[in-house]
Amino acid sequence: MSVIARKKRRSVLLTIAGVRETGISIFILLLVVVVSLRSPYFLTVSNIKDVLMDIAILSIVAIGEAMVIITRGIDLSVASTLALAGMAVGMTISSHPEIPPGGALLMGMGIGAVLGSVNGLLVTKGHIPPIITTLGTMSIYRGLVFAISGGAWVDADEMTKEFIGMTKGEILFIPNLVFMAGIVAIISYYFLNHTSTGRQIYALGSNPTAARVAGIHVHRNLFLAYLISGILCGMGGVLWISRYASAQSDTAVGFELQAIAAAVVGGVSTLGGSGTIPGVLLGSLLLGIVVNALSLVHISPFWKLAVQGLIILAAVVTDALLSRRLQQSRSAEGTS
Amino acid sequence: MTSLTKAPPKRFIMLSLLLRWEWLLVLLIIVACFVNASLSRYFLDVDNLFDMTFNFMEKSLVALPMTFIIISGNIDLSVASNLAMSAVIMATAFQSGLNIWLAVLLGLCIGTIGGLINGLLVSRLRLPALAVTLGTYALYRGVAFVLLGDLVVKGFPDSFIYIGQGNVLNTPVPVPLLLFSVMAVVFGLVLHRTAFGRLIYAIGNNEEACRYSGVAVNRIKVIIFALSGFMSALAGVIMTARFGSVRPNIAAGLELDVITAVVLGGVDIFGGQGSILGVVLALFLMGITRFGMSLKNVPGQVQSTLIGFLLILAILLPQLLRRFALRSRG
Amino acid sequence: MKRARMLYGLSVVAILALVLSACATPTPQVIKETTVVKETVEVTKVVVATATPETVPEKKGYKIAMVVKNLGNPFFEAAKKGCEEAAKELGDECIFQGPATPTAEGQIEIIDALIAQKVDVIAITANDPDALVPVCKKAMDAGIKVVTWDSAVAPGGRQIFVNQADMEQIGRIEVQMLAEMIDYKGQIAILSAASTMTNQNTWIEWMKEELKDPKYKDMELVTVVYGDDLREKSYTEAQGLFKSYPELKGIISPTTVGIAAAARALTDAGLCGKIALTGLGLPSEMAEYIKSGCCKEMALWNPIDLGYMATYVSHLMASGEITGKPGEKLTAGKLGERTVVDDGAGGGMVLLGPPFKFNAENIDEWKNVY
Repeated sequence: MSVIARKKRRSVLLTIAGVRETGISIFILLLVVVVSLRSPYFLTVSNIKDVLMDIAILSIVAIGEAMVIITRGIDLSVASTLALAGMAVGMTISSHPEIPPGGALLMGMGIGAVLGSVNGLLVTKGHIPPIITTLGTMSIYRGLVFAISGGAWVDADEMTKEFIGMTKGEILFIPNLVFMAGIVAIISYYFLNHTSTGRQIYALGSNPTAARVAGIHVHRNLFLAYLISGILCGMGGVLWISRYASAQSDTAVGFELQAIAAAVVGGVSTLGGSGTIPGVLLGSLLLGIVVNALSLVHISPFWKLAVQGLIILAAVVTDALLSRRLQQSRSAEGTS
Repeated sequence: MTSLTKAPPKRFIMLSLLLRWEWLLVLLIIVACFVNASLSRYFLDVDNLFDMTFNFMEKSLVALPMTFIIISGNIDLSVASNLAMSAVIMATAFQSGLNIWLAVLLGLCIGTIGGLINGLLVSRLRLPALAVTLGTYALYRGVAFVLLGDLVVKGFPDSFIYIGQGNVLNTPVPVPLLLFSVMAVVFGLVLHRTAFGRLIYAIGNNEEACRYSGVAVNRIKVIIFALSGFMSALAGVIMTARFGSVRPNIAAGLELDVITAVVLGGVDIFGGQGSILGVVLALFLMGITRFGMSLKNVPGQVQSTLIGFLLILAILLPQLLRRFALRSRG
Repeated sequence: MKRARMLYGLSVVAILALVLSACATPTPQVIKETTVVKETVEVTKVVVATATPETVPEKKGYKIAMVVKNLGNPFFEAAKKGCEEAAKELGDECIFQGPATPTAEGQIEIIDALIAQKVDVIAITANDPDALVPVCKKAMDAGIKVVTWDSAVAPGGRQIFVNQADMEQIGRIEVQMLAEMIDYKGQIAILSAASTMTNQNTWIEWMKEELKDPKYKDMELVTVVYGDDLREKSYTEAQGLFKSYPELKGIISPTTVGIAAAARALTDAGLCGKIALTGLGLPSEMAEYIKSGCCKEMALWNPIDLGYMATYVSHLMASGEITGKPGEKLTAGKLGERTVVDDGAGGGMVLLGPPFKFNAENIDEWKNVY
């Protein structure tokens, strides 16, 4: 009895300690402690809400990015997809103000789906390596933003109150944006961990040849990952232009590196096959906290980028060392 | 090409030889020149053609070690930031009274150290190169901003300016082009004619196997990352001389252009394949295409769109040809 | 299956044809094929107007190349209208060009191509005043007149500077507007563009100069932050300002992106009225916030007029009617007479005029203009 109980307790402890996200969680906690000592405003409700709002769009896009990275790919076109969907929706709602926010959101996701499928088709049917495909579509989609808008922009005046309000309101004290990101995260979590398709995505990422031999429809699943990434970027695009009340041809330039950083810092392996949704959320949270903290503590603006780089590096290193240590101790445990 | 693609059957080896990447690139360059020349009467002008190369020599210098790194199955996103960091350190040293050539030496050392740090983190700690260089991408650019902030360094001596803006003796050949040509030959020889080069391919093909067979994988990785840092710094020197000034934001976004050129040059992004010649051809293809479009005043955004199309088509086309050939024979 | 493959192949060939045809007749085709929105007609028209340098056999007027910081920036899109309007009046050709991202490298590449095309004038607004000097000198050596406007190239690389408004005046006026709003009391902060932007840096210097006046003794400039002219970064920096300085009374943002992002951040945080905002903003972007009282007053010059003026000056430089020496007189079309004045660095400068103030009373008549 007591032996069983002890074993049980140990396994619980192990699962907590062995969770892939331990390293980054500890790192985030440390960061929170340090920053809250430096700035009293850091741990206020309104600031926490702001941090969460700031990372909501990032985490939606990063989740899509993570799915692609899990399949051993990479999606560099996320920021351009986001901008293109945002611009197309922005132009549509400025000429058709009767479209409800929900419709705009669906439209953005639809456009994202089309752009994502182009990536997916090029990768699967065209046999073009993901990084090349998306490096190409990154420029193409960005160019299209410029082409459809002719360099013009959509500003706050041309958007309806409801549309801008979509990202401003709250449901049960939770900002809408955070709510939406949460829903996306839950669905993605369920999809990756509890559906056979999700499992297959992991499988083909960790070993594509074995996956094919095992009868997994590699192309279908690969395509799906890019499609999902596209849909989420489209959604992110609509939320983006609603939040910042503006659509421009340089919307979210450079955002792809942030999305990749969020996924990678969150423990998604660029070698494919591993990475979790909670990890991605923590990765986004870490990046969000760093940006927020740097604007709160009185630091020279010229230092910000260097500090940001150092923290990303430190997070990656801590995470790698910690998880390796844990893995070793666990395998030692297993053999004893 | 990807690990998911089936290898072509043997009887089409002849065909695939004809379809070798380098030939395709040569063909594309000819097409680009033809199109440009027929569209603009200013294109086929010796001075203009040589002048055009000033604009992509820094990218080209960085693309050489990037070829090594990508063949070895890694990636370096920090090149542009490293370029800026070493250029800024060089410039501040010069400003505080150091002889310009010593300052250049210092800059080259800094760049090498920056690359070394990447290499050590990637090899000793076995961290993914993408994650490490994403971190140093922000860090190195950040150091440049810390040092120079919103200031600029200018007033370099003419002898220094010459290496970025001058021509060789009385010919229309720009100095950076000459420097690049020499470097390209050196890098090509190292990659294709030495044991070191073969090991880079071996690591890209199967790193674990290399480790088991006693190859000093870590040391080679450190060396190629350091080399990347050195060449970034060298590109920084050239860029500083070309601009006659330095600011911490120089060369922003250069890393993506470099990677585009390398993959367009036929280097397998998963490692193990590629040649310096292909990369050099790709660099010129991109340079000529851009110059042609600029001559026709094609807006910047549309230019990058077309480069994107070019990238995808260059890789899609030979595959389609191969597939059509396969079908017509089978 | 076979059929699907063939369709696939065909579609690729179609894409290839599209790209080639795009190369053959520069941009209009591409845009026509890829655009799905109504704006097409206008876009194509503009591109056609700008991209036919060699197809017109009889040379009428001058080729004036206007190089901006980056394309797709609302401010420069407005300046383009002015360039086209002036070029039409003068019988010149306006080549409007710029890189995709605001970098000096991109501008240098473009200027090199413009030199190769032997345009008559290059009118440039610089991403980096110093890095562009060598290439501008090269242009001058090739006999091309170099005019600079909006954000000037350093003195060695220009022949005349079309200044939107006196730098000193712009800096001072922003402090004066904010002081009026906050009753000359409290902490203030500046939200600027990128830290390397010379325009903004010069204005900020003059703001600091203005703040030395004893009447501002109760106002304290606590910090300058940089939003890099990126919307989300400016938004976060603005948020950071009112959180890390709870006593903050006012923000000056001397950049059109920054002021719009700050207005959005203030609106979202419910701080409109508690923290005053002013700076330089585009009326169309700021209309909503000026009407809501979030930003009571801001200033800007007319970018259309600026483009118009730069084009007129370019034309006169090309024809040799002016050479850029202080004291020369010129007539810039509908904008009337101007005198070339000393720019303080030994060169000539033409001033557009004083900055224009926008507030709730006049915003409606301007918001649809630019």
